[in-house]
Amino acid sequence: MLRYALKRLLSLLISLAIASLVIFVVIEVAPGDPASFMLGINAQEDTLAALRAELGLDQTKVQRYLAWVGGMVQGDFGTSYQYRTPVAEMIGDRLWVSLPLALYALILSTLIAFPAGIFAASRRGKAGDIGVMGATQIGVAIPNFWFAMMLVLIFAINLRWFSAGGFAGWDSGAFAALKSLTLPAIALALPQAAILARVMRSALLDVLGEDFMRTARAKGLSRGQALRRHGLRNAMIPVLTILGLQFSFLLAGGIIIEQVFYLPGLGRLIFQSISARDLIVVESVTMLLVFAVIVVNFAVDLAYAAVDPRLRART
Amino acid sequence: MNRTLILGGALSALVVFAALVSFVWTPFEHTEMDIPAKLQPPNALHWFGTDHFGRDMFSMIMVGARTSIAVAVVAVGIGIGLGVPLGLWAAARQGGWVDEVIMRGNDLIFAFPSLVIAILITAIFGAGAVNAIIAIGIFNIPVFARVTRGGALPIWAREFIMAARVAGKGPARISIEHILPNIANLLIVQATIQFSLGILAEAALSYVGLGAQPPTPSWGRMLADAQTLVSIAPHMALVPGCAIIITVLGLNLLGDGLRDALDPRLRVARV
Repeated sequence: MLRYALKRLLSLLISLAIASLVIFVVIEVAPGDPASFMLGINAQEDTLAALRAELGLDQTKVQRYLAWVGGMVQGDFGTSYQYRTPVAEMIGDRLWVSLPLALYALILSTLIAFPAGIFAASRRGKAGDIGVMGATQIGVAIPNFWFAMMLVLIFAINLRWFSAGGFAGWDSGAFAALKSLTLPAIALALPQAAILARVMRSALLDVLGEDFMRTARAKGLSRGQALRRHGLRNAMIPVLTILGLQFSFLLAGGIIIEQVFYLPGLGRLIFQSISARDLIVVESVTMLLVFAVIVVNFAVDLAYAAVDPRLRART
Repeated sequence: MNRTLILGGALSALVVFAALVSFVWTPFEHTEMDIPAKLQPPNALHWFGTDHFGRDMFSMIMVGARTSIAVAVVAVGIGIGLGVPLGLWAAARQGGWVDEVIMRGNDLIFAFPSLVIAILITAIFGAGAVNAIIAIGIFNIPVFARVTRGGALPIWAREFIMAARVAGKGPARISIEHILPNIANLLIVQATIQFSLGILAEAALSYVGLGAQPPTPSWGRMLADAQTLVSIAPHMALVPGCAIIITVLGLNLLGDGLRDALDPRLRVARV
């Protein structure tokens, strides 16, 4: 187990190193000099040079890459060109919106998908199964930002149960904050729930064919009991994989949803920073998202190996 | 013929048909503004209503289908064009360093949140249909590489491949002449799925203003236009939204149906 974990950790570090290099290169080749962008077209050449020196833009690319990566390892994400505040602080503030939103959506998605998938699997081929599967086909086809607009139309504009956008802030209490995240979380969760329900159903159906399920039935358990007691646990591996992947979808999907609801999260930070050529912020936020995805997948891999010894031997 | 295939095929054909007809005929000129007739709900003259400039939404949806399909087709083309050769190469060198490098590279691309990178690419290199295509296409490469490799590996172990090798054919020739035809079904199904994902991705990019630029109509941008007007003209959001859903649903059903039709073994396994 330890050897497997170390091997996976090594490939995690290599992935992170390459990812940081790719992000740095992509953003470096971007047209537009942040200094001249900040000072406008009438700036004097010596003022520009001074600002470039202050921002560290006069160093070589290698020096700047190493400074960026070195800083991030120590929790220093650099200083925003635009606001002159530490990027780590800006990200920290925004994370308090984006992360709860992603988690909220993940919980909702699980709460919808698990019962739906189990229900469909237990009614295989019957009307209930066909109904759930038809609903998931439509759920997968719905763009989440469109669904978000429809939620706003129905629950904010017509019924006035929720506000149409904006974030109440955690200072105004957990209830108010969660309430302003509810519509965005539903919009994010539904298409993901559709995928998850399908995976849940097919994983359960695979397990149902196993010998130990027949044994469980032979011991006198009903189909439903056998499914809950023995089937579910064994079906969790593919379901966990998808859950891990969905976390990254939810973080990234949140970027668009934040636009719909005017939420001050990482997504809006990225868009604002791109248009202001605040490259250091764009670099760091992107790296943070990639980091989150890679680390979550790493954790999921380790979780499997801990649960299922067969996987350790295979790699 | 199964019902999924027929329904999916019909919905997909409907969208392609609308896009093709739009080259020769639309009810109105899709760029023609008629301010007095703005924000009309669907009626006999404007079947899908009009937008905030009084443009006919039915015509815009028809022309917008062209944009969606063009972006998705080219993006899938990029994925197949680069991903399939890489996958074949990796499978031919199974376990070797080529295989290792290709597959680890794939894993790496998978680790990037695709939407974030697509936003980054289009934002940095300029918004527009071409950059949107590239951004979506890049993420199709590892998908096709992985599917190709996964499909090719078991075939490499088959006896007719051994026979081909004994006959003196090299790995490249075997890959093209024997492996590729045997995994074509797999690739067709995957292409359908990626096609529908491409439509969704294009809509998302256009929605945030990074896809096709005006005056090229696109469904995503129609939704962005609708956002502030949704309370007074809900049809502006409903119409493009339904167009996207019908297209994606049709393609997904087509993919499922094709998988069943092309591979009878899967039909049994999937029950």
